[in-house]
Amino acid sequence: MKEKSVLEMRGICKSFPGVRALSDVDFTLCEGEIHALMGENGAGKSTLIKVLTGVYEKDEGEIFLKGMDKAAVIRSPQDAQALGISTVYQEITLCPNLSVAENMYIGRGERKGVSWKKMNEDAESILQKLDIPAKANRQLSNYSIAIQQMVAIARAVDMECKVLILDEPTSSLDEQEVEKLFGLMRDLKSKGVGIIFVTHFLDQVYEVCDKITVLRDGKLVGEYEIQDLPRVQLVSKMLGKELDDMSDIKNENVAYEGPGAGEKVFEAEGLQSNAGIKPFDFYIKKGEVNGFTGLLGSGRSECVRAIFGADRVIGGTVKKNGKTIKIKKPIDAMKQGIAYLPEDRKVDGIIGDLSVRENIILAAQVLKGFFRPFSKAEQYKFADEYIKLLEIKTASADTPIKSLSGGNQQKVILARWLLTHPEYLILDEPTRGIDVGTKIEIQKLVLKLASEGMSVTFISSETDEMLRTCSRLVVMRDRRVVGELNEGDLTQNKIMSTIAGGDNDGE
Amino acid sequence: MENKKTSVSAFFSGLVRKQIFIPLAALVILAVFNLIADPSFFKITLGYNSAGSPVLSGYLMTILDYGSELAILAIGMTLVTAASGGQDISVGATIAIAGSVILRVLCGTNSRPDELQAPIIVAFLAAVVVSMLFGAFNGVLVAYFKIQPMVATLILFTAGRSIAAWINNNELPIVSDVKFTYFGGFIPGIPIPTPFFIALACILIMALILKFTNLGLYTQSVGINESSSRLNGLNPEFIKFLSFVILGVCVAVAGLIKVSRLSSINYSVIAKDIEMDAILAVALGGNALGGGKFNMAASILGAYVIQFLTTTLYKFNVQSDALPAYKAVVVILLVVMSAPVVREKFASLGKKMKSSTKEVQ
Amino acid sequence: MASEKKTAAKGSWFKNISDTNLLLTITIVVFFAMYIGAIVFQGAGFLKPQTFFNILNANAALIITACGMSLVMITGGIDISVGGVVALVSMSCAVFLDFQGGNPYVAILLAIAIGLAFGLVQGFLVAYLDIQPFIVSLAGMFFARGMTTIVHTNPFNVENEAFVALKGTRVIIPGMGSVNKLGKYVNAYVEIGVIVALLVVILMFIILKWTKLGRAFYAVGGNTQSALMLGINVKRTKFLAHLICSLLAGIGGYVYFLHVGSGSASHASGMEMNAIASSIIGGTMLTGGVGNVIGTLFGVLSLSTIQNIVASAGLDQAWWTGITVAAMLCIFLVVQSVIMARKKRA
Repeated sequence: MKEKSVLEMRGICKSFPGVRALSDVDFTLCEGEIHALMGENGAGKSTLIKVLTGVYEKDEGEIFLKGMDKAAVIRSPQDAQALGISTVYQEITLCPNLSVAENMYIGRGERKGVSWKKMNEDAESILQKLDIPAKANRQLSNYSIAIQQMVAIARAVDMECKVLILDEPTSSLDEQEVEKLFGLMRDLKSKGVGIIFVTHFLDQVYEVCDKITVLRDGKLVGEYEIQDLPRVQLVSKMLGKELDDMSDIKNENVAYEGPGAGEKVFEAEGLQSNAGIKPFDFYIKKGEVNGFTGLLGSGRSECVRAIFGADRVIGGTVKKNGKTIKIKKPIDAMKQGIAYLPEDRKVDGIIGDLSVRENIILAAQVLKGFFRPFSKAEQYKFADEYIKLLEIKTASADTPIKSLSGGNQQKVILARWLLTHPEYLILDEPTRGIDVGTKIEIQKLVLKLASEGMSVTFISSETDEMLRTCSRLVVMRDRRVVGELNEGDLTQNKIMSTIAGGDNDGE
Repeated sequence: MENKKTSVSAFFSGLVRKQIFIPLAALVILAVFNLIADPSFFKITLGYNSAGSPVLSGYLMTILDYGSELAILAIGMTLVTAASGGQDISVGATIAIAGSVILRVLCGTNSRPDELQAPIIVAFLAAVVVSMLFGAFNGVLVAYFKIQPMVATLILFTAGRSIAAWINNNELPIVSDVKFTYFGGFIPGIPIPTPFFIALACILIMALILKFTNLGLYTQSVGINESSSRLNGLNPEFIKFLSFVILGVCVAVAGLIKVSRLSSINYSVIAKDIEMDAILAVALGGNALGGGKFNMAASILGAYVIQFLTTTLYKFNVQSDALPAYKAVVVILLVVMSAPVVREKFASLGKKMKSSTKEVQ
Repeated sequence: MASEKKTAAKGSWFKNISDTNLLLTITIVVFFAMYIGAIVFQGAGFLKPQTFFNILNANAALIITACGMSLVMITGGIDISVGGVVALVSMSCAVFLDFQGGNPYVAILLAIAIGLAFGLVQGFLVAYLDIQPFIVSLAGMFFARGMTTIVHTNPFNVENEAFVALKGTRVIIPGMGSVNKLGKYVNAYVEIGVIVALLVVILMFIILKWTKLGRAFYAVGGNTQSALMLGINVKRTKFLAHLICSLLAGIGGYVYFLHVGSGSASHASGMEMNAIASSIIGGTMLTGGVGNVIGTLFGVLSLSTIQNIVASAGLDQAWWTGITVAAMLCIFLVVQSVIMARKKRA
């Protein structure tokens, strides 16, 4: 082992039935360093992390930790914890039925008993130190996902670990929370902790990391100092090909100019749902791409869910082509030609055990009716058509969707909605947690569909992505619509200042 | 030669991966066991019953006969399991209710009438309606009040037999009409037990429903991911509710067979523990008891395998009260062998053996 | 922020209380309401402390098994073999005492051994082979019931002298007695089983509240995957839950045996359902992660109080008991589901 390294992984191999997830991967983490682990979906980042944390057992290879002569044996998360490796996962891995304090202390320490008083006091002081707005003795499920994520981080921080793994911790945090997290990371770094940071946000990598290790297709591409690897090169290393300039895609497409161009297809007035958003007005024109923007929790998802009838609508009217329609349930919206790709792919999107084919035809089938199933031949025809069109990487149409990578799952869901031939397509965070290549493909597809006359609402946390695709932005703050930006106003600064509110220019 | 061998092994490994392999393997094991222990198990004799009509008898016929009621229940139970991720433990009690309703309609207020007070079909339809209502009760609790199925159906499990007794004022009506015995016995001239034909009809109807509607796709979607199913325009609550109502129909059919066998009813004993056998049939069919994907054919086969097991045990003079102990051992063996953890272990063991033989070569 | 403040002011109690405590509170309130209702409508019989103690005497075994059931349910599992284990223990002990000339204290060891054996096997199958607890304990129930018949077929009363003496032992509760019809003062008493039951409740309460293992049960029931990631040995925790449940079923079996003094294959029939019902009425959720043994104690008491009310109301026909218990279970389930749904929305 090198002198300064806290963790060395050598020649790690891991196979799953039919897939070689990792082959001969090396990884080195030094003391007091923040090390980004980058790669497309399916590149093997998660597998590598899970091997390190004992969730998976490696097939081959060795793991060395500082201060140990022999290779470490990590067979379970407990082993990893005992060796000073703590992890914060993308999904919340806490117990919702326990108190905040318990979630921070459970599964740790040698003592058999539980001292509630001491535990609550300790937890309270850490929460205060980290400025996390949660009470130690309250049940965790009372808090939002973002705060739960912070609690998970607080737990990891308190464990005084040598190696801290952050597996996409920022995807559910807003900007302030991300800043807070980065502060924390720098603090830990100065104390000599080695941090592995997995993320899809390039900005964040360049803001906080020291080194980057890139994986592709389960193999190591290389390890780089951050200053030696400009963004474009990083992306091309991840993709394994030179990237066409991302900012150019908008110019490739022409705006829709067919019949009904510029006319409002859907209009809503005073729409309100039980998800706690203020009543809002809304319209979309034929062939237009608009977007909802705002910080996380500003209510942008709730708005589109209200339009689709996914949450219970408690007020307001919706018109289609000027005629009033009633949307109470998703099926009503689908019948009016609306399609909705939900924010949370795992919970609301995929039907894990069903095949890619069944996942693709589902919505169209529901529209067609209970007593009129598609024949097997039709199903395969549709599935093969969209697998080809969207370049979905799957072994066959009969593969269960859960065994696909995140990006490909997203494409399947997209295919499902395209098959219903909607007039109005709502995409809520379609590019979240998926790799750069697929992101660009989806953006291009959105513009192409719009040029053919489909109306699209595009929601994303990344403003540059919104700028590239949308011609009109609805801005939200604190669960209400606070402004609308058109063509000329569509700049980063203007968006930021509208989101932030007040009269200043985003100062 | 080499080629043929690989194709055979590919065929077998493909079969092993198929869901229906589990009940099939269990069936083969049981059959081989009986063949070795006493081949007379498979003997079928043609005789005449007291009414003078030809009947086939033998252990296999018993399996066909009693396995059929189980198969009918397994159809409904499979759907409930797939949609709700839980099981209905009240089917035995609801069979008592359905049977009680049939007798009540047939006998009226007189518990020993000389002639039937209503046509059998009317009595049966009344039982179907009542069973569907009780199924709907379970369905409402599970689907709309979001109570776990096992617990929701615990209510009827506890109260069902009491309700059944209450319907007939705790009397035990006896039907004297010989036609009524046909459903659980034999139709004159046909030597195969009627329940088998009833089960066949039920299976056929279910097969047609699965083919010509989307019941299968919708049920599986809801069972796997309720939230996304809703966003795809499905109504998960209704699908779950529907599965319980369908099970209600199956229960009424099984109830008819049960009371027809006795021409009467015994509230505390009729269809006792049958819910356990029905659930075992679903599990033995390799269906996840946590819901989601299902295989109807495997469940039905599973039902007959369970009956095969029961009959085998009877054959070896196991006392009827002690029967469960043996059944339990067999069930545990089957479940352990089909457990993914154990299968994985076996698979890796097999791989190791294969690679070691290769090295030797 | 403004909305946060508003809800905090409006429903802070409702929102701050943990699920376990909320359901526990409801259970206790309902029990007292019911008991007071019984006193008001059914008259003085329920006012006598001995009536209450008799409920305890008759249900000591159920309290013990229901505690085990709650534990398994908290981890998200279920064990429907407990009734069978109770019957098997009764029969085995009866045979041991009368036919083998055994000692009633050695019989306790026998009871514990049977419980442990069931726990070891069921726990192993559920925790380490990952087989569904429902199926495993279903087989366990079949096995226990069948074995009971195999051990001895016909029911019989135990005549072992040492045992009869132990069975007759009464623990006098001072100051709670009453004057009977002949004008004689009769001491209030409970059987030994009740003492055992209360000890079990207290011990289980302490384990669940103040030990790491206890909290691990809740964690596993709340979210198994998370519990694993948090460094809890999920398999061992599940194993222990089933082991303790079966052990308690064994102890409960002996207490049951001590109460009835006989062996029979039909003993404790449906006890698993009563145990589940008591746990649910006591605020344990089958989804796991929520529950409490104090609630379970009150669940058992509520269940038997309502049975007593039904019996003393003259509705003595057997089916009414079944229907009322079911109705009560139904009401509790619906109330629980509505409250939890509202809480989620709050």
